[in-house]
Amino acid sequence: MLTQLRDQFRKTEVYKSIFRHSYQDTQRNRALQIVDNVFLHLHPVRVPRHATNLGYTWGMGGITFLLFIVLTITGVILMFYYRPTAQYAYEDMKYLMNDVPFGPLIRNMHRWAAHAMVLTVMLHMFRVFLTGSYKPPRQFNWVIGVILLVLTLLLSFSGYLLPWDQLAIWAVTVGTNMARATPLLGHEGPFGPELGLRPDNDVRFVLLGGTEVGPPTLLRFYVGHCIFLPLIATIFMIVHFWRVRKDGGISGPPPGKNNF
Amino acid sequence: MADQPTNETVHTLTPAPPAASHAARISETPLPRKPKQDRAPEDDPGIWRMSRRNILWVGGWLAFFGFIVTSTIGALRYMFPRVLFEPPTKFKAGRPEDYVVGEVSEKFKDEKRVWIVREREGFYAIIAICTHLGCTPRWLPSDNKFKCPCHGSGFYKTGINFEGPAPRPLERAYVGIADDGQLEIDRSVKFLYEKGEWGKPGSFLEYKG
Repeated sequence: MLTQLRDQFRKTEVYKSIFRHSYQDTQRNRALQIVDNVFLHLHPVRVPRHATNLGYTWGMGGITFLLFIVLTITGVILMFYYRPTAQYAYEDMKYLMNDVPFGPLIRNMHRWAAHAMVLTVMLHMFRVFLTGSYKPPRQFNWVIGVILLVLTLLLSFSGYLLPWDQLAIWAVTVGTNMARATPLLGHEGPFGPELGLRPDNDVRFVLLGGTEVGPPTLLRFYVGHCIFLPLIATIFMIVHFWRVRKDGGISGPPPGKNNF
Repeated sequence: MADQPTNETVHTLTPAPPAASHAARISETPLPRKPKQDRAPEDDPGIWRMSRRNILWVGGWLAFFGFIVTSTIGALRYMFPRVLFEPPTKFKAGRPEDYVVGEVSEKFKDEKRVWIVREREGFYAIIAICTHLGCTPRWLPSDNKFKCPCHGSGFYKTGINFEGPAPRPLERAYVGIADDGQLEIDRSVKFLYEKGEWGKPGSFLEYKG
């Protein structure tokens, strides 16, 4: 009965329009199933045997991407309770941690995933360096990767301010003080004073939205953390993954060496 | 190379009827040359020998990049606020006789991040920003020093650094007497010891009373 219904359903126009291929286990069908699905097509049609060798890849790039997805989802959930104003930010963080159902779980997931992502990005970079996977034709992808590392650190840094507690404010005070000394752009950096830069018109002023860490800084970092940086990071990730595929798929040991 | 002569002969032998007939047609009917719309007249000597297509091409790209550049400048300017909701840097700090000789006043530390120090000879104002990484040091009266809680930088009462990672003394702010006889402090006017500015007028207010 059930089998009959299923077979009947598979003959319908609706089913055929969505799933264009049967499950017949042929090489061609397997490939087509991946290629013809918008979600699955992100994955390579064929995975080389060495790609599953964790001892070689460490899986750090994939884990980083997984953490990014976790951070995106938990971050959006946190946005339902968090208001990025000096008046409410700290209270909302406390509210999330104490009274929102599953609030501590979501916030801790976000926090720990963020810490872990910085770590996995660095380990990923380390692995790529050790296996020489930055060499031609993958040089360009290494550059993209370095940009993604910077974006990850910026995401981490901007998120650090959002609890709006003493630790956050002073960490960001210290961090953004570096911008004072930027050459040509900071008012205490080389050629800064000569170019007429003051505390209220240099690059740090743009970052903070003022001359010191204050409510405008919270709002700026919030928008950067939730919209601007994830968007830029996503674009670079698309290019990063695309390049992996175009540069010959996931890197593995030299062909002919059965070292796994 | 050996084939070339034969090729040539073939070429010469082949008639070129289209060209011939074309030339013949032109000679038969000398039509006045129509000015083409996408080309300047051939006798135009000017540097502006541009076709309509060229003008549209240049104009189009100019408009495109003009839009990109102006909107980028506008977006940058947008990020520089005109109005700051920050406490004013210049403020009045009460009457000088209210300060005790030898005291480091923390009255304006929370609000303005400034200590006002009263010595026998007069006043100076120290900005409460650690010269290491910008934290707020604490005044420890029992140790007679400023101590930064972040990384342990220590400063004498004068503001000179003597321990910890701070690379230079604390900065001093302008101190003077306002028209109504009150102390006047301006945080935006700074005096740096390493630039020899602590002797400049405004860095120290002579007052005996």
